[in-house]
Amino acid sequence: MNPSQVSPSQVNPSQINLRQVIGRIGLWLSVFVIVSPAILFFLWMASLSLKFEVDNAAYPPVFIPDRIAWKNYADVLASNRFLTYFVNSLIVTGGATTLALLVGVPAGYGIARMAAHKSAIVILIARITPGLSYLIPLFLLFQWLGLLGTLVPQIIIHLVVTVPIVIWIMIGYFETTPLELEEAALIDGATRWQVFRHVALPIAKPGIAVAFILAVIFSWNNFVFGIVLAGRETRTLPVAVYNMISFDQLSWGPLAAAALIVTFPVLLLTVFAQRQIVAGLTAGAVKGG
Amino acid sequence: MRPPSYWPFVVPALVVVLAIIIFPWVFTIWMSLNEWKVGSPTTFVGFSNYLRLTSDPRFIEAVGHTMVYTLLSVLLPLILGTFAAVVFHQKFAGRGFLRGIFIMPMMATPVAIALVWTMMFHPQLGVLNYLLSLVGIPAQLWVFHPATVIPSLVLVETWQWTPLVMLIVLGGLAAIPTEPYESAQIDGASFWQVFRFITLPLIMPFLFIAGMIRMIDAVKSFDIIFAITQGGPGSASETINIYLYSVAFTYYDLGYGSAIAVVFFLLIVALAAVMLYARQRMLWTEIASGA
Repeated sequence: MNPSQVSPSQVNPSQINLRQVIGRIGLWLSVFVIVSPAILFFLWMASLSLKFEVDNAAYPPVFIPDRIAWKNYADVLASNRFLTYFVNSLIVTGGATTLALLVGVPAGYGIARMAAHKSAIVILIARITPGLSYLIPLFLLFQWLGLLGTLVPQIIIHLVVTVPIVIWIMIGYFETTPLELEEAALIDGATRWQVFRHVALPIAKPGIAVAFILAVIFSWNNFVFGIVLAGRETRTLPVAVYNMISFDQLSWGPLAAAALIVTFPVLLLTVFAQRQIVAGLTAGAVKGG
Repeated sequence: MRPPSYWPFVVPALVVVLAIIIFPWVFTIWMSLNEWKVGSPTTFVGFSNYLRLTSDPRFIEAVGHTMVYTLLSVLLPLILGTFAAVVFHQKFAGRGFLRGIFIMPMMATPVAIALVWTMMFHPQLGVLNYLLSLVGIPAQLWVFHPATVIPSLVLVETWQWTPLVMLIVLGGLAAIPTEPYESAQIDGASFWQVFRFITLPLIMPFLFIAGMIRMIDAVKSFDIIFAITQGGPGSASETINIYLYSVAFTYYDLGYGSAIAVVFFLLIVALAAVMLYARQRMLWTEIASGA
């Protein structure tokens, strides 16, 4: 009998069992080690945000407080500017994502169908370029156009993040969708636009969802464009949170609460759209900024 | 099918790309050849901005910081991410949910994360020094001391971006056929032997891609450094990107800033080229597609 055909059951069973048990313990220990930095961090973040200053300034640190400071959240949400910044974030991310989908989805389709792979080099350049490099010329441009002080510059510059993500993911997606239906529709006399609109687009919905989610997250998280382009009235949430640091250095509770509020929508998306995020990141590995 | 007829689909995006990616680059190169300060007239100065870079001690120091920061921020996530991928490749209860938690750090808003890390780094009240004290390690100054600031920032960067390496390597592991593992198991190979002689060679292309992406992101890392230290204490954690910000948007020396931006971009391309040279068989398209 060929030794490579010996099945594991023919080896001494008690040995296998012990090895399996040790393997299982090792596996769970490894899982614990890997996941705990993330879990502990976000628990600590939540803990900071729910404690009064007395507890946050205590040493040794208070892990589970006697009193919960919901007030930290109430203060952040009630501050008169928070709503403005939240709406700013919604407009900038919403605008930049919508525009990116409008131009990026057809572009991804066109590039995939033309097999114009060389055009991807532009996406690659965009991927490599530091966000600040765009800011210097575009800052001047917006100044000349008199747009500073409105949200328009931020919507436009966020396209630097969202458009490459959408194009890249859509190229990849349209390359995998079947051509047969499209060819049949063309033979039946449909225009290319009709084929795109009624045949290719409906099939591409999952790909669009992936592109949408990633564009939203990376635009929402963007910080560098805002600190240069945003004025007092046009800050997005990440910039607003950063500015809170300089004002109250030591009020950790409200700061942590604000930080958690800003990142909460993204964390929620991560949990509920994990499949799309993983698919998009491993296929595209495109991050903005 | 005649290829040109797909052009109308691409034109709108082309206009956008020209306006926000190509135009800024061309304009940046032009600006870098000028003395261009906000509020004063611009004059053409040729390559003098570039010459100024070569004798700017703050820039040279920033290049050094960037290199150290990048090297550590590539290696640590690669090692930990590979380990995490091997673990997440196993089957266990709650794997999907735990993977979701594991990738949270890289999706979370960097500034929000940075803020909480700053609190955790606090020398007197921070939870990190408390945790160290539990195991008998003396309190550290973390980001508040020039010698420990870069390693501390790398700790945050590693915490944040190990998940991306994990996802890419996990994709690689999923593509490995099961036969080599079956025969290795029968031959009684140890876990380490299996990893070293079967898994590692097979996931090498994926590790390379992950390393390349990590390099590109770590070199231009901004949010974490800016929000936690702004390049400090002193200039101990000032990387090229942070220095670029100061030059362009604190001193509004846009011409010089543009020169830094150009050199910075070329440096990233050069680093990528070196990595490619080290692994010639990989192609640009594979890097970008991540597969």
